[in-house]
Amino acid sequence: MSQPFLRKGGILLFWAAVWQAAAFMIDNSILFVSPIDVIRAFLSLIPSSDFWISIGCSFGKISMGFLGAFFSGMAAGAVAYRFPLFREFAEPVILLIKSIPVASFVILALIWIGSQNLAVFISFLVVFPILYENTIAGLENTDQGLLEMAQVFSFSPMRKLRFIYLPSVLPYVTVGCRIGLGMSWKSGIAAEVIGVPSHTIGENLYMAKIYLSTGDLFAWTIVIIFVSTCFEKLFLLLLQKGVRLCFRFS
Amino acid sequence: MLPFQLNIQNLSKSYHGRCIWKGLNLTLSSGRIYCLMGPSGIGKTTLFRILLGLEQADSGSFFLSPSQQERLTAVFQEDRLCEAFSPLDNIMAAAGKALSKDRAIAELCRLLPSESITRPVCTLSGGMKRRTAILRSLLAPSCGILMDEPFTGLDENTKYQVIEYIKEKAGQRLLLISTHQEEDVELLEGILLRPFEEFAAK
Repeated sequence: MSQPFLRKGGILLFWAAVWQAAAFMIDNSILFVSPIDVIRAFLSLIPSSDFWISIGCSFGKISMGFLGAFFSGMAAGAVAYRFPLFREFAEPVILLIKSIPVASFVILALIWIGSQNLAVFISFLVVFPILYENTIAGLENTDQGLLEMAQVFSFSPMRKLRFIYLPSVLPYVTVGCRIGLGMSWKSGIAAEVIGVPSHTIGENLYMAKIYLSTGDLFAWTIVIIFVSTCFEKLFLLLLQKGVRLCFRFS
Repeated sequence: MLPFQLNIQNLSKSYHGRCIWKGLNLTLSSGRIYCLMGPSGIGKTTLFRILLGLEQADSGSFFLSPSQQERLTAVFQEDRLCEAFSPLDNIMAAAGKALSKDRAIAELCRLLPSESITRPVCTLSGGMKRRTAILRSLLAPSCGILMDEPFTGLDENTKYQVIEYIKEKAGQRLLLISTHQEEDVELLEGILLRPFEEFAAK
């Protein structure tokens, strides 16, 4: 148990040492900061209330966009599977959303809805097509044999949903979430850097750019990685718990 | 349940232009066990699929007389169980309100080890899955059951146990069981049917 842990710790320490050595040789805190500078920047951020407010705001907005896309993407996917005409009509829109660069959307969204809710909109747009398409793929992959079985045993639509469609869709949705969670954070923060809404992580990154404070940039990046990983783990855990609840019938 | 008959009249089916059987006639009575035999590929499964309403015959008809409220259920050639759910869930989902949870557990325990009935089906052995599929067909409300090679993957002793259980639970229903082993006909005290003989000769 502790053996691989020690090994991993050792490897991390090695790379931190390499990083420190590289910073020492380059010796320019704008071009390349040392791990010690990052820790120092981090420590100076922690006591400020603005730091926590920014994390809270960005977290709230991005997760709101993600959750909205999660539910509506699955719902739209189910409707598209059930009504092929709807799917045909939606096809070009989904294709459009997927192919337009995030940066174009950000600028468009800035004009439409302003900067405050920018991250909600952008993370929604990035995640929606993934969930939509994965839901359809999962439904299309439903075992035909089981559907025949349901017909023979006169399953009600609710029972079919629960016992056949849901288990078939779940692996696809889980994969969609894994991809979508990472992308919603990356695109949400990128949108904030462009739109610079106040009290957000993106605004802080923007400030780090203006003041060429590479230490802050690194510190904030670590925060983003940490918060998004936590959100991802938490969400997937909740999803699994929900699934287990679903699979316990009697 | 009043006695009834399943009449199959002049049923024909072909696949991709190849005739499987033509003008098949059979009359089966409720309360009996029929054993359907014939070489592989002769169309036993196709006949079952037509009787279950999963496929259309090219011509001919079949009907229950007098017609029944309840429908035909089946053991498919494959198990066709909901793999993420337990045997108990699978049986309750198929049987609906007709079966209480306590009775479902009691019946499952007759053929399966009690620790296995609340585990997900995907963790069970092949033989356990087969028994679950057989239990499902017998415990769901029906007027008749079509079993497509139900004993595949069961060892000798389990098979005897399952056959006794089938005979006990069949009641006044009509059972049509396809098999490759003559022995099964005797064990089931069934009526042997070889309706495909004449088509095989061609």
